[in-house]
Amino acid sequence: MPSASDRIQAARRRHWRRNVTLTLCLLAVWAAVSLGCGVLLADALNAYTFVGAPLGFWFAQQGAVITFVILILVYALLMGRLDRRLKHELEQLEREAGQ
Amino acid sequence: MTVQGWTFLFVACTFGLYLFVAWRARVRDTGGFYVAGRGVPAIANGIATAADWMSAASFLSMAGIISFLGYAGGVYLMGWTGGFVLLALLLAPYLRKFGHFTVPDFVGDRFESQTARLVALLCALFVSFTYVAGQMRGVGIVFARFLEVDVTVGVVIGMAIVFVYATLGGMKGITYTQVAQYWVLIVAFLIPVVAISWQLTGQPVPQLGMGSELTSSGQRLLTTLDQIHSDLGFTSYTEPFTGSWDKVNVFCTALALMAGTAGLPHVIVRFYTVKNVQAARWSGFWAIFFIAILYLTAPATAAFSRYYVFESLHGKTEQQLPEWFRTWEQTGLVVWLDDGDGEVAYHGDAQAEQNEVFRRGSLGADAFGQLRDDHAAWLASGGAAGVDGRAVLRDKGLSGPDRDIMVLAMPEMAGLAAWIIALVAAGGLAAALSTASGLLLVISSSVVHDLYYRMIRPTASERQRLKLSRIAIGVAVVIAGLFGIYPPGFVAQVVAFAFGLAASSFFPVLVMGIFSVRVGTVPAVVGMVAGIGFTASYILSTVFFGGERWCFGIGPQGIGAVGMGVNFAVAGLLTPLCRGPSEEAKQMVAKIRAPEQDGTAPPAAGH
Repeated sequence: MPSASDRIQAARRRHWRRNVTLTLCLLAVWAAVSLGCGVLLADALNAYTFVGAPLGFWFAQQGAVITFVILILVYALLMGRLDRRLKHELEQLEREAGQ
Repeated sequence: MTVQGWTFLFVACTFGLYLFVAWRARVRDTGGFYVAGRGVPAIANGIATAADWMSAASFLSMAGIISFLGYAGGVYLMGWTGGFVLLALLLAPYLRKFGHFTVPDFVGDRFESQTARLVALLCALFVSFTYVAGQMRGVGIVFARFLEVDVTVGVVIGMAIVFVYATLGGMKGITYTQVAQYWVLIVAFLIPVVAISWQLTGQPVPQLGMGSELTSSGQRLLTTLDQIHSDLGFTSYTEPFTGSWDKVNVFCTALALMAGTAGLPHVIVRFYTVKNVQAARWSGFWAIFFIAILYLTAPATAAFSRYYVFESLHGKTEQQLPEWFRTWEQTGLVVWLDDGDGEVAYHGDAQAEQNEVFRRGSLGADAFGQLRDDHAAWLASGGAAGVDGRAVLRDKGLSGPDRDIMVLAMPEMAGLAAWIIALVAAGGLAAALSTASGLLLVISSSVVHDLYYRMIRPTASERQRLKLSRIAIGVAVVIAGLFGIYPPGFVAQVVAFAFGLAASSFFPVLVMGIFSVRVGTVPAVVGMVAGIGFTASYILSTVFFGGERWCFGIGPQGIGAVGMGVNFAVAGLLTPLCRGPSEEAKQMVAKIRAPEQDGTAPPAAGH
């Protein structure tokens, strides 16, 4: 059985790994929508029309910004959950150590 | 009541409001002065960040730039807001956890180097002063046009107001005045564009109005714009990658603006003012939410004003020219030099010979008067005497109206009520002042906290530092004001420089400082110097010495993206060869990664 301080360390490392994974996923969406749909694929997407605008043009001037707002909202919500989970784990470890 | 009367009324009322708010929030210690006592609620900080963020460039220039560039204008929208995502996800929560006052503070402590601190400090000062100069120019334009006072008087009034509330309230005063300024600027931005969208398309939501049919012709607005553009020799409005904006340049410019924006010191410091890490994340969300309200509307403003420019100018005779053209003509931001047929012709680069609409640019009023007389003589003599003024202005690159007037002139173009026009003027001032005050505080804290207290005299008492901070703001205001009164002719290039520098220095060094425990002093400093050196030499050689764009044809605005890569690459290659960070620095990284309210994390260090 690993010691309490090892398990605290492990819980912190898990929290940090999840934090980094979440950040990378959100940044992948960030790049795909803005630099991907808004720039690299803009000429191809312009063949389609969305709410009266060519799609590539729409991504560059509307879609990217809308996605950014949603990304930061998701980040704040999920990170809050991760932090609460770590707090819960650490409290449990402390209780076990106290027994 | 006239436009001028309304403007006086609105400007007086809003300035009174700002001073009242600042007086209510005045402070007496450095904690309150620099970081508002760390007690600002997340949503209030979000609103203040939005106002801090949205400068005169966002309010006055951005829609105008999009209006002239069409698709390519989107790089500014994506670049500035996309940078905010990087800031909110990669930097803000961790720097808040670090808990010091400034960005150079973090760089100096994490990489245990006074050199790193000094380089970061100089970058912060350069970026901030460049930015302040732009704000003061915005103040000057608004005052000159709407209050018909001299630009100098206008700038002095603006300086006095900023000075009073920044020195009185420090960060706390600035935060709460910025909240007030946000509401002024957003209302001023939205009311005219909603009215115009309704008027042109019968659709009150401007974002939808942009894609709707015009009630006059039944044709889609964007289709109409594309058609006018191709008829008159402009590059297409919605088609990407036209002219000098090829794919490589759009990509690099967007990326450089993103990384550069994430490194702007006056926005990062806003996250130091909230209670904890959670609040920093939520204030990031509220900030982008309030920013997006303006940024999603700006493309609509751009399309509508583009349509009005053609509608109200092209093919009109002397008598038919609208009132707004007359008033703006006096400022020299739009002028007309006829070819003799008595009708205005506004053409793009492909038909540049036929274009008759220009701006005075950096030509003085006298020089331009002379040119106008020469042009009249040239017309009267049928080309035998005088000079063709159009060719002269075309060669100077002064074709078309100044893009900064689009937002301010649009309510007049659409014939909206006088009070709406005045409201837009007050909004432009709010945008300029809110950003200027945030920047002045960064300049003051950089000089007094980072330079004087951390590097020169660590024994300075709290009262001395507070007094010095107020003096530093005073000096910074005067320098910024001088920039506004005597604007350097190369503001646009310097701004590209500021973003490039922030992208190639701050952003990589902050990301590495937080996400790596291996990068030590030497790789960080060498990487930062290499990034800055590459970017600065490229911009200097291409912009100021007419050198070739040898790096894939990338323009000076986009080169920061490559500079950032250089910084990361150099630091990454040196890391295995050099000594890693000390135990202390490693512990510091561990501390900023732990969410602070878990009970077992070490207590936050004092400053």
